[in-house]
Amino acid sequence: MTALPLAVLSPFALSALAPWAHARLKHHAGWLLAVLPAILTAFFGSLMPLAASGAPASFRTPWVASAGVMFSFHADGLALLFAVLISGIGTFILIYAGGYLKGHPQQGRMFVFLLLFMGSMLGVVLSDNLITLFVFWELTSLTSYLLIGFNHEQERSRRAALQALVVTGTGGLAMLAGFLLLGTAAGSMELSEIVEKGDQIRSAALYLPVLILVLMGAFTKSAQFPFHHWLPNAMEAPTPVSAYLHSATMVKAGVFLLARLTPALGGTPEWEASLTVFGAATMLAGGALALVKTDLKQLLAYSTVASLGFMVMLLGIGSPYAVKGCLVFLTAHALYKGALFMVAGAVDHETGTRDASALSGLRTGMPFTAFAAVLAGLAMAGLGPWLSFIGKELALEAVLGGGNLWLTAVTVLTSASFVTVAGVTGLRIFSGPPSAAPKKAHEAPLSMWIGPVWLAIKGALLGLMAGKAAAFLAPAVSSVLGRPEQMKLALWHGVNAALGLSALSIALGAAAYIGWDRVRSAGRLGDTILKWGPDRLYDLSLDALSALARGQTRVVQSGYLRYYLLAVILTVMTLAGHALYSRGEPPVMVSTVPVTAYGAAVALMIVASAIAAVLLDTRLGAIAALGGAGGGVALVYVMYGAPDLAMTQFLVETLTIILFVLIIFKLPRFARLSRPWSRVRDGLISIAAGGMMAYLALVALHVDLHPPISSYFAENSVPAGFGRNVVNVILVDFRALDTLGEISVLGLAGLGAYALLKLRLSGRKAV
Amino acid sequence: MENLLALVIGVLYAAGIYMMLRRSLVKLIIGLALLSNAANLLIFTSGGLVPARPPLIARGESALAAPFADPLPQALILTAIVISFGVMAFALVLFYRAAEEAGADDLDRLTSTDT
Repeated sequence: MTALPLAVLSPFALSALAPWAHARLKHHAGWLLAVLPAILTAFFGSLMPLAASGAPASFRTPWVASAGVMFSFHADGLALLFAVLISGIGTFILIYAGGYLKGHPQQGRMFVFLLLFMGSMLGVVLSDNLITLFVFWELTSLTSYLLIGFNHEQERSRRAALQALVVTGTGGLAMLAGFLLLGTAAGSMELSEIVEKGDQIRSAALYLPVLILVLMGAFTKSAQFPFHHWLPNAMEAPTPVSAYLHSATMVKAGVFLLARLTPALGGTPEWEASLTVFGAATMLAGGALALVKTDLKQLLAYSTVASLGFMVMLLGIGSPYAVKGCLVFLTAHALYKGALFMVAGAVDHETGTRDASALSGLRTGMPFTAFAAVLAGLAMAGLGPWLSFIGKELALEAVLGGGNLWLTAVTVLTSASFVTVAGVTGLRIFSGPPSAAPKKAHEAPLSMWIGPVWLAIKGALLGLMAGKAAAFLAPAVSSVLGRPEQMKLALWHGVNAALGLSALSIALGAAAYIGWDRVRSAGRLGDTILKWGPDRLYDLSLDALSALARGQTRVVQSGYLRYYLLAVILTVMTLAGHALYSRGEPPVMVSTVPVTAYGAAVALMIVASAIAAVLLDTRLGAIAALGGAGGGVALVYVMYGAPDLAMTQFLVETLTIILFVLIIFKLPRFARLSRPWSRVRDGLISIAAGGMMAYLALVALHVDLHPPISSYFAENSVPAGFGRNVVNVILVDFRALDTLGEISVLGLAGLGAYALLKLRLSGRKAV
Repeated sequence: MENLLALVIGVLYAAGIYMMLRRSLVKLIIGLALLSNAANLLIFTSGGLVPARPPLIARGESALAAPFADPLPQALILTAIVISFGVMAFALVLFYRAAEEAGADDLDRLTSTDT
């Protein structure tokens, strides 16, 4: 089905047109751009019956076929549930962004980023191939980076953006490794095949590494404790972004991944333990921190953290009740939290402040916004007969069914926190006498209240028409459980333990709401603890990384030539020494050529000259000694049948000394620059290196790694090269191109030397 | 003779490396020259020593008559000698100019790109 990839790629295509649309229509462009996600919502909705019938739409084409990478999509129930949420909420976010950033010079850029994100997120949920999924997953991290850092002139925004990228990117890398191992364990990179091989994967030796690595990806993306800190910081982003990425969609990608892989990885004690423990810790941390915040967006962000923990914990329990509860809660949460964020943004936009403790009585000035807020607030508190109420009942039953008292207590406490946050964001700021806000409150434009009102009503309607909701969610539940599952949802489950716990949490939350001022002052302590939380740890680890980089740069890139040389020499000595040592056998010390008196004298001359070059204190003396050593080497060439070498050596040696003498008097005199101990150190190293090279020479004499090829030159010089001096024939005929290269090098050296002599820096100022 | 030459090679290497580790520019260049001599001699010796039999084909012959000195290492070394001369000439001019600009022979004063 080719419509599927087209649907995923269409937001990318539209994003290219967004700047143009914005240039023409200004902030009204949001309405036009929202048409595409609206169509996509209907399209994905129309695929739902296929998924329900067990024959979901799919598409597959080779991408990097040799590596098993397919560009493949698979629209089963779970994917479609997310796809509908992404495109549906995205429709209103685009409209909302049009109003929220009205007149902002970079509004067009916002539309581009939002559409890019939408396409990436659709790619994540619809991908069938693990690598395709990973690519889209990283794209959501990148677009999230761009969106959080939208106000890039503020340092806080940049820091938050980078933090989100670093945390989710690190998790993403771990996840990629996990995916590759998972593909190995399952023998397939296609999710639709992997989920059917659960038993094979769970019994594989790779199971635990796969689980840990995949959880790293999911937990960082879904802001699970202790990686939760990037999400509240990400509230630096403009509100449309917070509503869309950081509550309704992207942060649920981790939950999505866990749900998607439940049939493959779930059901083991490791899975259950890690998901419930991390989920519960996240619920507690998020729920508690939400209570002490007064910034509307921070309140909502921490409660989002708690909600994500709730979903992860439910997936950890993994019973049919828990999975149903998780998906119902997920849907309800996306609707009410998206709405509440947009409400918070509208309040901020119209009053100039987000401080919940300073706001009240907004209902008269902002009636539509207030209506949406109350409706969404009731949903968040789990009070009204909405979808969220059903989700909470199911979840409580699942937790009770699990029989774990701790989890039950955590769930009740977190629900109580939700009630309080819902009270503050949905009720407190709208009731009572009007407050003295920086700006006189008046209703937000249509573009900014239609979204929250619609989402809040949708959440309510889905609860009242539970049958429709059940039909919508049943395919997704079947995907997670890995088998067809009947689903009935009802508002009224009768008077049971779950209802009692629900009432208890509402009572607790209401009490905290009434005493909110006191709760906050008690929670100051929490702020102090927070200073030393994971956010601080993140800063410390980044600082440590920079310090490490600085330190190793200082050591490795010292700027002193002799330390670079030392590194090269010691490396060569280590490698060559190891190779010589591991050969085992000592060198053959037998000489095939007898030592003559003449040869001994030449050898003595070279040795004496080399030592003199080192020891002599005058420049001219050292250069003369160098000439002596070079001449001695030339004599060796003469003795052992290399007249060409000898001639060249003598010539070059003479030229070198002339060059030296020409410029030597323009150079400073020798001075003792090094300290004695560094001379001793260098001396020892040099003697060791020299000794090793002598040993190498002895060994090399008797090692033939390759049969000599010289006989070819010996036989072909005359017939093929028409020359009797074999060395010359090799240079100018057999290896003529090498010689051409050599001549070029000499030419370049001459040009370089000439240019250097002509270059005068003194007339130029240092920049 | 091979053992003796191995010793000579070792001394040349040791002297060259020691000189290259000095802070003086002139000593660095002298070290470079010693090191290239050492490397050439190493190649020459490990190719095998054949006294007084240069790889020259006698008039009237079409191939070299054994024993003969191996022509291949000789060709390699010939190239190396010439290249190292080029490097040497360039290095001399470069260091001359560097010393002129920096006003010193001390490599430790040439650790940054600012003049």
